[in-house]
Amino acid sequence: MAVFTWLKRRLVVIAGLLTLAYLLLPNIVVTVFSFNKPKGRFNYEWQHFSTDAWQDPCGVADMCGSLGLSLQIALWATIGATALGTMIAFALVRYRFRARGAVNSLIFLPMAMPEVVMAASLLTLFLNMGAQLGFWTILIAHIMFCLSFVVTAVKARVMSMDPRLEEAARDLYAGPVQTFWRVTLPIAAPGIAAGALLSFALSFDDFIITNFNAGSTVTFPMFVWGSAQRGTPVQINVIGTAMFLVAVLFVLVSMLVTRRRGHQKA
Amino acid sequence: MKTTTDGSGDVRLSGIGKTYGSFTAVHPLDLTVPQGSFFALLGASGCGKTTTLRMIAGLEEPTSGTVHLGDLDVTGLPPYKRPVNTVFQSYALFPHLDIFENVAFGLRRRGIKSVKKQVEEMLELVQLGEQARKKPHQLSGGQQQRVAVARALINHPKVLLLDEPLGALDLKLRRQMQLELKRIQTEVGITFVHVTHDQEEAMTMADTVAVMNAGRVEQLGSPTELYENPRTTFVANFLGTSNLIEAEVDSRSGGDIVLRAGDGKLLLPEARCSAPAPAGGKLLVGIRPEKIALTHADDAGSVPEGRNRLTGTVADAGFIGVSTQYVIDSPVAGALAVYAQNVERDTRLVPGAEVVLHWNPAHTFALDAAQDIDAGTEEEAAV
Repeated sequence: MAVFTWLKRRLVVIAGLLTLAYLLLPNIVVTVFSFNKPKGRFNYEWQHFSTDAWQDPCGVADMCGSLGLSLQIALWATIGATALGTMIAFALVRYRFRARGAVNSLIFLPMAMPEVVMAASLLTLFLNMGAQLGFWTILIAHIMFCLSFVVTAVKARVMSMDPRLEEAARDLYAGPVQTFWRVTLPIAAPGIAAGALLSFALSFDDFIITNFNAGSTVTFPMFVWGSAQRGTPVQINVIGTAMFLVAVLFVLVSMLVTRRRGHQKA
Repeated sequence: MKTTTDGSGDVRLSGIGKTYGSFTAVHPLDLTVPQGSFFALLGASGCGKTTTLRMIAGLEEPTSGTVHLGDLDVTGLPPYKRPVNTVFQSYALFPHLDIFENVAFGLRRRGIKSVKKQVEEMLELVQLGEQARKKPHQLSGGQQQRVAVARALINHPKVLLLDEPLGALDLKLRRQMQLELKRIQTEVGITFVHVTHDQEEAMTMADTVAVMNAGRVEQLGSPTELYENPRTTFVANFLGTSNLIEAEVDSRSGGDIVLRAGDGKLLLPEARCSAPAPAGGKLLVGIRPEKIALTHADDAGSVPEGRNRLTGTVADAGFIGVSTQYVIDSPVAGALAVYAQNVERDTRLVPGAEVVLHWNPAHTFALDAAQDIDAGTEEEAAV
């Protein structure tokens, strides 16, 4: 009976911890195996501890090149999709124009459509246009599918924003430019940041659409996929772990910043 | 912050109007708000009062006419170039800035560097000195309202515009803020233009009230003048309650018009008749409920001569403490409202009792009978 009460009191905590474990277990395995020294070409069985891969992360041919390319594409796709998507979101919320409803649902389509279909039709389009497959076709494709996510994230934010705030700013001597920088943008910023983060993550690990439209260019996910056929170098785990740590670091820093700001104000 | 009388703070609207497609929100109107006054635009929702206010602020572009502040024509100026500030109905405080920065916003936009002293003084004026570093959502509704006032006032505008600023507050707080706003206005001497649908609010706060209806100003004047001498049925019914009785002009005697309502005779001072009154013409005779005295039919003889009198039956009596509100059924005029102070109350005045209604003819007013007799009543507003 005592055990039962004890469980009941901590049910939320226990459920939370279990969920966290479920989410983090794969990451832990990836991290642990980045310190492995496998026998043969596959890194699937624990042999013994080694930091070889960490000391030489670019030791596998072409891997760091593809990683650099992926980061580059993700960065540009994020910038492009965030800028375009933010403008589209503002237009859709703030203005009434012909075909607004149609645009609204068309923007949503890439999220709902199976990626394979989108990838294949994009390839058809590029081939018919006679475009050379590579960096630019990948970038265009990434911006396209990231756009929907940015629009959705920013739209939600702009919709909940009181239009009187901008009127108040104009009433208080802020011109159009100042109103945008001092009021509109800071208030929409969380939505824009969320859209940008999503874009970066989606673009960085996209495989299907990229694979169709890359030609002979190889991005990091394509490299991982390709090498998995022939053997998995430990360096892949090293990169994965590093990415994970960078992300965690980001979260921690932003949490610290908000907390400090909160303390100052209080 | 001193009150000047050079007229540089007058707001002059000339022929200003606004249409949206085929809908006319505001019919071209002329209005002058004198420097330093507390001016109220009163009307039901959708009457064009907020649109008028927004045209003064520059947030709405007028379809016709001009807006002058003193001698300055501001019609073509964007809101950020007008020496006018607004307190919005939703307050529109910037959620990402703290109270201090909200109040400092206007000063900073005009490139003023040392804002600390001014902001602190302004926060003191609205009694929010302690809250400077809080975010707007951490304050109560009344406090947010005061921040909105402070944020506007710190810029020493020529005119402060208030768009239903007390609409979101509960009744008690609203009464308190009415006095507070009035105090601030007297203290800073800035012209206030206040938009409201609450007639009591307009009457307690404003020096001058403009009653608006369907995009037009129905009547403009001091609260007393509007109440005692309404010129349209809308004003008569919207401000308080009026008994309106259809009557026919019979003759004239001295400075009075003699009217015939059913078989009764009513006197009306000529000066209090706002419509042409040819013999045989129709008028709506108005009398406020608190001006009427009731006497039981048994004592009809004690009613002094020279008073307007009607007869009727008590249909309903509602006791509300300071007064009793009667509804009297009169064969001539239908249902009439009478408010009697509860002093030396006649206990015979219960439903069913025969009574004589009488009042001093000087309190009678008359309106053009060609109007809707129910304009501005609550029944009409509910439709």
